[in-house]
Amino acid sequence: MDFYPLYNSLRIAAISSVIVFFAGIAAAYYSSRLPKLVKGFLDVVLTLPLVLPPTVCGYFLIVIFGLKRPLGKFLAHFGIKFVMTWYGGIIAAAVVAFPLMYRTARGAFESFDMNLAYSAQTLGLSDTYIFWRIMMPACRQGIIAGAVLSFARALGEYGATSMLIGYTPGRTATISTTVYQLWRTNDEAGAFLWVMINLAISAVVLLLVNMLEEGRRKNHEPFYKH
Amino acid sequence: MSLFINIEKNFENFSLKINLENDNNILGILGASGCGKSMTLKCIAGIEKPDKGKIILDDEILFDSQKKINLPPQKRKVGYLFQNYALFPNMTVKQNILCGLHDEKNIKLKEKIFSDTIELLNLTELINHKPHELSGGQAQRTALARILVNRPKILMLDEPFSALDSHLRLKLQMKIKNLLKNYGRGVILVTHDRNEAYRMCNYIAAMDDGKILTLKDTHEFFANPESVPAAILSGCKNIAQAEKISDYKIYVPEWNITLSTKIKVKDNIKAVGIRAHHFSKDIKKNRNKITFIREMEEPFEYVIEFRFAEQSKESEPVWLRLSKDKKPENFSEELGVEEENILLLY
Repeated sequence: MDFYPLYNSLRIAAISSVIVFFAGIAAAYYSSRLPKLVKGFLDVVLTLPLVLPPTVCGYFLIVIFGLKRPLGKFLAHFGIKFVMTWYGGIIAAAVVAFPLMYRTARGAFESFDMNLAYSAQTLGLSDTYIFWRIMMPACRQGIIAGAVLSFARALGEYGATSMLIGYTPGRTATISTTVYQLWRTNDEAGAFLWVMINLAISAVVLLLVNMLEEGRRKNHEPFYKH
Repeated sequence: MSLFINIEKNFENFSLKINLENDNNILGILGASGCGKSMTLKCIAGIEKPDKGKIILDDEILFDSQKKINLPPQKRKVGYLFQNYALFPNMTVKQNILCGLHDEKNIKLKEKIFSDTIELLNLTELINHKPHELSGGQAQRTALARILVNRPKILMLDEPFSALDSHLRLKLQMKIKNLLKNYGRGVILVTHDRNEAYRMCNYIAAMDDGKILTLKDTHEFFANPESVPAAILSGCKNIAQAEKISDYKIYVPEWNITLSTKIKVKDNIKAVGIRAHHFSKDIKKNRNKITFIREMEEPFEYVIEFRFAEQSKESEPVWLRLSKDKKPENFSEELGVEEENILLLY
């Protein structure tokens, strides 16, 4: 049996969720400091991929990265093509998974007690130290939950991926596009096997999320004993 | 060591106008919640930026809108104790305190300051605890230690005792008062509790609606709060509009009585205040006939509501406090007030 779709799906999901992890945290952190109006607008744009059908995201990606479009043409000069390549899948998965990371990170930052940051500032600690050593650990649970969710979403991506990179066995095939192809070509046993693999991965991921939620609830108990 | 503040900051439906000076005193800012006390501290610490004005600490300009100076909080050397103590939850007591010593390069000195401070604040046993394992009092001491090791030029305490239950509060106030006195630098303590302000502070700045009403020696403030909002903050229960009759006489229309005063009455007098425990049947001055309305028992005192004989039935009753051993069988029909206890409010 050819395990290329598993390998390809995992690497696309892994790389895209690393990108989404940093981009989502940065967007959440900086958007909280923007003026209200700009923040509202940015929030809509950044969350849009969550509510749009993935095929619509895929359409936009083709419009941007298509080989006859300016950016696509420009990138092709350097040998970078996001259309019909496995690494194009990273872009597709990242765009669709981004809002999940952004939203959960923002929620975590918003519930962060700013007095912690202020008191650290008055003690003379640098803003970089405060972000990495005080804010991130305090928001840890929420941020990890966001990362796990966006990894799961990236792994299950179908719509935008199939629009942008299609299905080429051994080159761009992912688990989700393989399930569709096998079922379409009447290979029900093959489709079933990949469905089971997908189910197993998703179950593990959801289990992880639940465990993190539990940990988060514990941490939200009253701060000081009286 | 001195602090000078003259700032303005405008919000949608509130404006802050602060003009304050403090030397090495323990200065209390006394005000109701939402009057701008914490905002004032945040402006001094550099967490909030005033619209205009100046903040100077020990000859160093922290903020000057004209010269476009606005030091970040990190460079102001201001110790700020937050109401919820703001301990870093992921660090132990020791790590929290060492955060205040992060820029001390001399390892020996660093260790000495650390061990001296944890000893002073009784934290030696707790250094490996996480904040969520501490009681309110322990958390407060940890936060204070973290600030003291940082050796700030001024200490600012924001409602430092409000998170503690009342019997613990009194004990800690005693200890901390002593510690602040020995600390020997300027302290600003923000509170809405007049008892706390009285116990802890040498000077009191009464604050209302974003403005400082008065800045006075603590005893003087309670003896003569000067304005109606300050009198309310100082705990005066009986306040009524007043008119000048002569230099040492006023008329109170609501109570329909005249009162003689010790201090000379100025022409622009607005109101008079009489504290509930200053009425007595044994005082010969300012005696007036009264009618008893009702009483309420407290642990160590009675609170009694009455009206003056000529007072309209629709107006607010007047309050009297009596300690239990002084309560008579039959309530007296006349009460007096000493002349120096008539508060003239402008």
